[in-house]
Amino acid sequence: MTTPPASPAAEDAALALRAFALWPAGFGGLWLRGPGPARDALVERLGSTVRLKRMPAHIDSERLHGGIDLAASLAAGRSVLRSGFLEEARGAIVLAPLAERITASLAGSVAQALDHADTAERFGLVLLDDGAEHDEVPPLSLTERVAFACDLGNAAPAGFDATELPAPLASPAEIPVCSAEGLEALAAVSLALGVDSGRALRFAALAAGASARLAGRETVRESDLAAAARLVLAPRATRLPPPPPEDNAEPPPPPPPPQDSDADTPGDEEQEDNGKPDPDQLIEAAAAAIPPGLLEALAAGRTRRGAGSGGGARHLSPLRGRPLAARQGLPRGGARLALIDTLRAAVPWQALRRAEGDALTGLRIMKDDVRVRRFEARSASVTIFAVDASGSAAFTRLAEAKGAVELLLAQAYVKRTEVALVAFRGSEAQLLLPPTRSLTRARRALSELPGGGGTPLAAGLSMVCTLGTGLTRRGYTPLLVLLTDGRGNIALDGGTNRATATEDAMKAGRAIATAGLAGVVIDISPRPRPEAAAIASAMRARYVPLPQASAATLSKVIGALT
Amino acid sequence: MNRFPFSAIVAQDEMKQALLLAAVDPAIGGVMVFGDRGTGKSTAARALAAILPPITAVEGCRFGCAPTDAGTCPDPCTSKKTAKRAVPFVDLPLGATEDRVIGALDLERALRSGEKRFEPGLLAKAHRGFLYIDEINLLEDHLVNLLLDVAASGENLVEREGLSVRHKAKFVLIGSGNPEEGELRPQLLDRFGLSVEVRTPQTLDARVEIMRRCASHERDPAAFGEDWAAADAKIVRRIARGRSRLPTVETPDEVLYDASRLCMACKADGLRGELTVMRAARAQAALEGADTVKRKHVIAVAPMALRHRLRRDVLDETGSTTRIERAVAEVFG
Repeated sequence: MTTPPASPAAEDAALALRAFALWPAGFGGLWLRGPGPARDALVERLGSTVRLKRMPAHIDSERLHGGIDLAASLAAGRSVLRSGFLEEARGAIVLAPLAERITASLAGSVAQALDHADTAERFGLVLLDDGAEHDEVPPLSLTERVAFACDLGNAAPAGFDATELPAPLASPAEIPVCSAEGLEALAAVSLALGVDSGRALRFAALAAGASARLAGRETVRESDLAAAARLVLAPRATRLPPPPPEDNAEPPPPPPPPQDSDADTPGDEEQEDNGKPDPDQLIEAAAAAIPPGLLEALAAGRTRRGAGSGGGARHLSPLRGRPLAARQGLPRGGARLALIDTLRAAVPWQALRRAEGDALTGLRIMKDDVRVRRFEARSASVTIFAVDASGSAAFTRLAEAKGAVELLLAQAYVKRTEVALVAFRGSEAQLLLPPTRSLTRARRALSELPGGGGTPLAAGLSMVCTLGTGLTRRGYTPLLVLLTDGRGNIALDGGTNRATATEDAMKAGRAIATAGLAGVVIDISPRPRPEAAAIASAMRARYVPLPQASAATLSKVIGALT
Repeated sequence: MNRFPFSAIVAQDEMKQALLLAAVDPAIGGVMVFGDRGTGKSTAARALAAILPPITAVEGCRFGCAPTDAGTCPDPCTSKKTAKRAVPFVDLPLGATEDRVIGALDLERALRSGEKRFEPGLLAKAHRGFLYIDEINLLEDHLVNLLLDVAASGENLVEREGLSVRHKAKFVLIGSGNPEEGELRPQLLDRFGLSVEVRTPQTLDARVEIMRRCASHERDPAAFGEDWAAADAKIVRRIARGRSRLPTVETPDEVLYDASRLCMACKADGLRGELTVMRAARAQAALEGADTVKRKHVIAVAPMALRHRLRRDVLDETGSTTRIERAVAEVFG
């Protein structure tokens, strides 16, 4: 029926595309990650059968919702209405390029349209996500509402032009329903992967049915359930299934295309007639399809964008940042006059004011019309805690470090700072808490922080360095707070040679200095020793020996430094 | 337009209960729902609005005036006729501007005839119904402030752009948000009457049931609606009974003392806690068809009335629900 596309990822993408084409309004849409030509080919294929509408990420709310076209109205001397984008998009497929840059407020309006009660009023949404980092993803409110997620990476176009798109169904009742066992198996997968959304459950059941329908069958088989688990549930996973597959903890940041996704997938064909689906096998199949890097992305802030655009990671600024809608007010306190908006506010009143009043000619602008500019700026500072959680002296200090982080976090919304937490122990460093002001997440990350094992100081420092430079790029000012005794004994490559370990740690420290990141090293060993001071000087950071640190004094010291 | 039936929502009993209480007595002051996406928050709120009996309003009134209030809106409405309309449900999008929310100068009239006329916003639309705000924690603070003000006073007062307008805006405010994505300031949180925490059921059977009901609803919304019509009708009757009973429910002194003791034991900040516990307990009693408020009603509503008012202790890991349960056990034995 179709030319077999090259990679399993592309094959899944083709299946998702065809299922989506069956019932665009029911499936909500597709989330296509990776800027490669494969994605373009897929979109082009879709465009050959349905009406596509592009929605620029910077679309403004007037255009989105429609309303009176002020310029045209003034010119015509009567009110000219302009239809809104959301209205025009009905029944079409909306393409959202640069989906990772969509703001929370635009996402809110679009999500509302996707939720419309009448499916005929809805549209399908294709999120074209060019995000390079794990935490650069489209707003959750949108990814939640589209059924399928495919990571095409930079793959070459793979036979999508030959993919046969089915005609949209006349009624959703034509999609076969899963058996009770089938639903149970999908529910088991969702539990195992920690997928907690009712929408995901609904999409999964629907996708299994669509997969059967596309194969021309009336009954849902295990291969259909596996496809649903791979396409719908796996990308939403928040944890690995209980018996963790061993090949999953690689932390390279750029997400490579999921090449090994079929390696553990049970061969669909052989198992078709087994009758009862085996949830364990489905879970395994789904776990294998979890895109590499997804779990790291989770750790690094699944909610980063939400948090970033949320309660306080941004703040209003009268002078710089991303421009926002102008507001009524007088230009003082640093605020600048928004001339165009002021004129726009004054214009509708001219007829009235002329009728009411004086014989002045020209525009009558009153105080109420005056608008000032507003900008949104990213908040300034993030405190990155790097905590030595190894088995050495630091172990006893872990509780105090935890306490200090919590105390600082509690002040975070007063001081407009955010806090991140990196811990290193055993053989690697871990980002336990991406920059956040959420008490809920912080408390959880902290309570889960274990102690013991070797001291991979170098790994910890290099992670802090990466995190810090990343934050600088995004306009934050990071402050590193390293709590350690300075005695690294695990090298970057995981070796236990103490000399290499120390050398690596010094190198990482110098990298931090080169990157120009400010920091402080707090020596938490009971008797201060030269090692920690040496690291501090390599980092060009302040060195504070604190043999009797308690949570409160720690937070005081850091508070004084920030 | 076939909404998912209210009674067909699997589990989430506390949320449903809170919504019913707010429907019986809107003066409780809104419901804040915490939880992940896809837990049925907006489905429940919409479904409840959809099953409530239609309201009677002055015909053509843009402010939804009740016949007894005819002529009190800025228009003012003069029609002698009345018309039934569905209980309004307004879904406030995150990007909504102040103009759209509170209303603004009617540009069309101003341009065409130089007439100063007020164009009602979403607040007027929500009058006598529900105002639902998803991700309220991401909304700009000044908008949240404004919304809570109007929700509490039941009146929208506009003083801008040369307009000076006031109109009634009584609605049940329902906010939802995920605390992991940024928190609502405690001052704002405190002004919500009730708060509930929702999570998708963690049992296999419940999840299978969710999928099954979604599939049935999708395949044939009308037939699915029929199946649940009886259960929904029962809920509507309960609300109607609660509303008619509410004014006559008695509140004995000892129950007032119970509420105060409970709030003190929880160290809930401010007086709002006590007031809300009392209001919610009255609504609960009315909903159950009781004549007087009893201690069991106070206990039943205590978690949702107080959960969001507890002072946050960074070093105390215990969830607020547990702290309230502990206080209940302490006070009432």
